[in-house]
Amino acid sequence: MSKKIKISVGMSTCNIAAGSRKLFQSLEKKVEDGEINAELSIMGCLGMCHAEPQLRVTNTDGSETLYEGVNLPKLGKIVTDHLQSGTPVANWAVKIDERLDRQQRIVLRNSGRTNPEVLEDYLSNDGYKALESVLKGTPEQVIETMIAAGLRGRGGAGFPTGLKWKFALAEKRDKKYIVCNADEGDPGAFMDRTVLESDPHAVLEGMAIQAFATGANEGYIYCRAEYPLAIERLNKAIAQAEEKGFLGDNIFGTDFRLHLHIKEGAGAFVCGEETALMASIEGQRGMPRLRPPFPAQSGLFGKPTTINNVETLASVPWIIRNGADAYAAIGTEKSKGTKVFALAGKIKNGGLIEVPMGITLREIIEEIGGGTGTHRKVKAAQLGGPSGGCVPAELFDTRIDYDEVTKTGAIMGSGGMIILDETTCMVDVARYFLDFTQLESCGKCTFCRIGTKRMLEILTRICEGNGEPEDIDLLEELAVQIKDTSLCGLGQTAPNPVLTTLRYFRHEYEEHINQKKCRAGKCPNLCGFEITDNCTGCTVCALQCPVDAITGVRKEKHIIDQDTCVRCGVCRDVCKFDAVKVV
Amino acid sequence: MNEVTKKVEVLINQIGKTPEKAIPLLQAVQKEFRYIPIETIEYIAANTEMTETKLYGVATFYSQFRLEPVGENIIKVCHGTACHVAGAQGITEALETRLGIKDGETTPDGKYTLSSVACLGCCSLAPVVAVNDDIYGGLDRKAAAKLIDDLEASNE
Repeated sequence: MSKKIKISVGMSTCNIAAGSRKLFQSLEKKVEDGEINAELSIMGCLGMCHAEPQLRVTNTDGSETLYEGVNLPKLGKIVTDHLQSGTPVANWAVKIDERLDRQQRIVLRNSGRTNPEVLEDYLSNDGYKALESVLKGTPEQVIETMIAAGLRGRGGAGFPTGLKWKFALAEKRDKKYIVCNADEGDPGAFMDRTVLESDPHAVLEGMAIQAFATGANEGYIYCRAEYPLAIERLNKAIAQAEEKGFLGDNIFGTDFRLHLHIKEGAGAFVCGEETALMASIEGQRGMPRLRPPFPAQSGLFGKPTTINNVETLASVPWIIRNGADAYAAIGTEKSKGTKVFALAGKIKNGGLIEVPMGITLREIIEEIGGGTGTHRKVKAAQLGGPSGGCVPAELFDTRIDYDEVTKTGAIMGSGGMIILDETTCMVDVARYFLDFTQLESCGKCTFCRIGTKRMLEILTRICEGNGEPEDIDLLEELAVQIKDTSLCGLGQTAPNPVLTTLRYFRHEYEEHINQKKCRAGKCPNLCGFEITDNCTGCTVCALQCPVDAITGVRKEKHIIDQDTCVRCGVCRDVCKFDAVKVV
Repeated sequence: MNEVTKKVEVLINQIGKTPEKAIPLLQAVQKEFRYIPIETIEYIAANTEMTETKLYGVATFYSQFRLEPVGENIIKVCHGTACHVAGAQGITEALETRLGIKDGETTPDGKYTLSSVACLGCCSLAPVVAVNDDIYGGLDRKAAAKLIDDLEASNE
């Protein structure tokens, strides 16, 4: 029997949202009906979310063709030309290596390469070999390797993973726990979701090594309920691993045992904080508590507990297999290895990327991300979500390194990177994040609970055109007080988006307050729109205007009726000729 | 024992009665009834190790839990950072106009609930809306309103 062509359809949340399920169903039917002779499979996310849905054809000679942006009509041609006649549709084929050239894939090594629901796919890529090898040695050896590798916690705080494990191992107690923190709550971040959906076994293997190194035999994966597909695939993966003896009792025939449970979060951003997360697993309101005692001494149910983030754990098997030196050779002096970023916002090639530490923001945004993809310039990059800050374009030569990024006032964070262009109002961005943090504040600390609310009120009145000159000082004063008097990371970092925008974009605040002007055209009370002579009369803006404020004859310049206009900016967003200006 | 408490009894037996089961139990109740009827909290408290205060505290702390009934279809507008800069506010406004309700409300006929949610994790497709469990990306105001038209058409 000759080898069959293999078709892999991208089936991650983002691919499915882009329409890949329809492609899969169509192909499934064609295979059933005998129209095409091929093996049909699914794959995770390649990270090229801007070009989804994706489809990979593995030809009988082993060569691969990747199609992007596939829809049903395109699929029809791919079926007739490629799958039935053997001629790839050259126009739509992407060379896989091209956009991955600048990247270095350790965490995402299998993402979009393998079928995340098939254990054999993971095994054929050296899966569970790292676990097998560590079980022949001692926990101390694993910890030594992790310390030498220099891996720092990828959840955002950057604490050395090896040290964390060493503290937990030092606790001589009858019962210990491990926890995988998959409560990815930062708006604009989707690294963990993708890893869990695309390569769940890598995380499980990392957890098994984490448990062996710290002396734990029970663990939890705390995952956001908003990620149903990740939870489904984790459940499948755990069952598969238990059946093969990679999890459960007598792992690889040794005395080592590990039982894992999945805990679905219930929608609370603060539960990403480790003490709040543990309270939530224990069935309480997710409110942080003072440290010490640290989780390594007294964590879940009062037992020593080691908590690591998804990306950290997915890096572990690679480090064990390739050695600490190979990992430490990547990156900068104090930040080793690679980092996954979720690139989104005003960027051409949005998606998930994994880059070596030490790469500059400019290389990420311009070379990998391809810039804004429009005529508009990049204004800033927002790093670290609600705890982070906005790095202005002038500082894009900053290297990705925990300490270098912190110097800008932003933080490395978990990896969310939102690109902002000229149409983004920096005061509005600060207001957006404060709106988020004041909603998500658990309420335990007064300044976090009430201070963030007051900051939001000030920012809202500035955006509405009612700002007072003393508001900027008031914001700065509150920011310092909230940072000083909050117990957990949420409150301590909540003012960051305001502080960084004040540091780099103070003039926008001043314009809002003194000149009642929003240069980005975002705050409706502080801006207006006019159509310039660039207008070609294409009518697109008139069709899209929600209040029919735009009139004009086809092929002639259009006019906005200022009395009807609600300043939503849709006309500017849809104009292909840069003919709508902010006034 | 009425129909509601009978169902809750089954869930308690499946999930457990110890305090750390509070969240999974409430999640199961919400899955069953699409919200958490107040009588279920009373019933759970009377039949497990958890108190009403504790359960109510948990139910009101986490944003996933609803204590009021919701519409047949839940329309969630993502307000993550990428969606925000891509115009999520405009999407919410368009849906408010189309459905004749404000964000967070349910239509009088009980068909639709409109709500804003934090990130759905599909940032590259911003702005994004989830209609029940299906996610739609790359929307503008008109396309968002059309999602409702399509839903109406498919139900006819």
